[in-house]
Amino acid sequence: MTEKIVLNMITQRSIEEGVAMEKGKTTPEYFEACSVVEMNPEDMKALGIWRNTNVRVTSEVGSVIVKAIEPTQYCPPGLAHIRQGVWANQVVPPRTQSTGVPQYSGFPVTIEPVPSEKRKGALELVQGAVGLWRGGK
Amino acid sequence: MPKIVTDVGCPYCGASCDDLEILVSDDGKKILEVYNACAIGNEVFHHASSPDRLKRPRLRQPDGTYQEISYDEAVDYTAKVLLKAKKPLIYGFGSTNCEAMSAVGRVAEKSGAVLDNCASICHGPSFLAIFDNGYPSCTLGEVKNRADVVVFWGCNPMHAHPRHTSRYSIFPRGFFTEKGQRQRKMISIDPRETETAKLADIHLMVQQGHDYELFDAFRTVLRGHDIPDEVAGIRKEAILEAAGIMKNARFGMIFFGMGCTHTDGRNHNVDIAISLTRDLNTVAKYSIMAMRGHYNIAGPGQVWSWQFGFPYCIDLTKGTHAHMNPGETSSIDLAMRDEVDAFINIGTDAGAHFPIDAVKHLRKHPFITIDPNICMASEISDLHIPVAVVGVEEAGVVYRMDNVPIQFKKVVDPPEGVISDEQLFDRVYLRICELTETEPTWIPAKGHAKAPVTAGQ
Ligand code: SF4
Repeated sequence: MTEKIVLNMITQRSIEEGVAMEKGKTTPEYFEACSVVEMNPEDMKALGIWRNTNVRVTSEVGSVIVKAIEPTQYCPPGLAHIRQGVWANQVVPPRTQSTGVPQYSGFPVTIEPVPSEKRKGALELVQGAVGLWRGGK
Repeated sequence: MPKIVTDVGCPYCGASCDDLEILVSDDGKKILEVYNACAIGNEVFHHASSPDRLKRPRLRQPDGTYQEISYDEAVDYTAKVLLKAKKPLIYGFGSTNCEAMSAVGRVAEKSGAVLDNCASICHGPSFLAIFDNGYPSCTLGEVKNRADVVVFWGCNPMHAHPRHTSRYSIFPRGFFTEKGQRQRKMISIDPRETETAKLADIHLMVQQGHDYELFDAFRTVLRGHDIPDEVAGIRKEAILEAAGIMKNARFGMIFFGMGCTHTDGRNHNVDIAISLTRDLNTVAKYSIMAMRGHYNIAGPGQVWSWQFGFPYCIDLTKGTHAHMNPGETSSIDLAMRDEVDAFINIGTDAGAHFPIDAVKHLRKHPFITIDPNICMASEISDLHIPVAVVGVEEAGVVYRMDNVPIQFKKVVDPPEGVISDEQLFDRVYLRICELTETEPTWIPAKGHAKAPVTAGQ
């Protein structure tokens, strides 16, 4: 599969993320709540994937592997949503329009299927970014 | 016998519910049950009781592992990092009490730091719009008692503030709203059909990033002018219908959230929302409110405005005056320009919530996390100082999203030896005074206990 699709990304709160975050960001609950991208089934079809396939999401600043799921809250075609948190912030552009607030919502991303690749855990992503990841648990 | 503690405040979202009841064990140490809270609030209290809470600060060793140190050593380390840095940044404060926000003011001023809070990446643009255009707002009590039209624009309280609709805005019966939900019209404006949108009478699925145009269309039709057949992905008839409902309110309310401030337009979206509120006041009674995210994120705006004249992005490095200029003195911009040379993360998790590039820049320099729990920031820090959980193990004043101050209670003791944010900042302040051989200045409120006890220590 080599198909790619360009979608408009937003990253916002969800109750799943809120509950899991209070349990702890290193828990499996937080991983499952936040390492997903919600996209319309039409867009999945255009991409040639079934739901629950891992995809690579790439923005102007970086990329992250997340699982594509059907929206829990309806997302129109063309729009994608990664819940706020560690995975979202791998691709959120830090540009602020001189207000201090990054572009958390409304930035273009390219999505491509990577069914054989694994999602990284929160610690691996954040510690990895700053050279502190030692692997394992 | 386990005992029930009543009127407990919930230290999570900006709804700052203060009607929780907590069942505490015999010895007053463990939380057994949580009543009235939503799923998130429930988790906050149960998690505080977890046995794997940290009890001592941890300092990163040359081999990358953490080693426990004493609070005295942690205080000394923090004071020295702040003094050594030319432009340290102290950021966070979404999840602590006003007492800590006030205490950090002394530390920041003394050490010449930049002081910023989570509004910087949330409702900062709302502040900018409010400075320019005013804030015709009210309390959530007024919403409950009066509002018969409620608009949620770019916010999803069903997920971010789970009890907002049941406690304040949609379901409760109030003095003039005795029929509760049946008497209220609810409008949701959101690019997704969120749970909030599903609950609404009308959902306008605005094209993402085109909020400004839709606000403008509302203003145009309210002033009696024509609009194109479609604006921001919404048909003209739908806009006219919603505008008709808004106009016929006895008391209308506009709540707005990150959908406005996190995307293109930012402060301009909020600016025009305020102008729309003003327009609506020529035909009805209207009010507007920012859906603040955390239970006391309105707090620093209050406390620091009083201390320094500004609510956020406060640069105290000049030593002579406070300077605020978002875009220049905002945390993300400072980080991306590599302008700060030390970072303290307190009562938030910049490791998880900043764009990763900003985290990478900050991590080039000394990085300290002050937080009760293990979080992303704590796991990349040089020093992690655990503190008591405000609202669970430490009492204090918090400001709800409508800027109403509420006294939160302490329900159980913190793990043995663990201190509060406020105590920590006071100790860092005293240590900085010692190191610089200067006298501490406490300017306490009238009759405040702090001055006589600690002055000159
Ligand atoms: S709505 Fe917010 S403040 Fe109220 S219980 Fe839930 S998380 Fe806590």
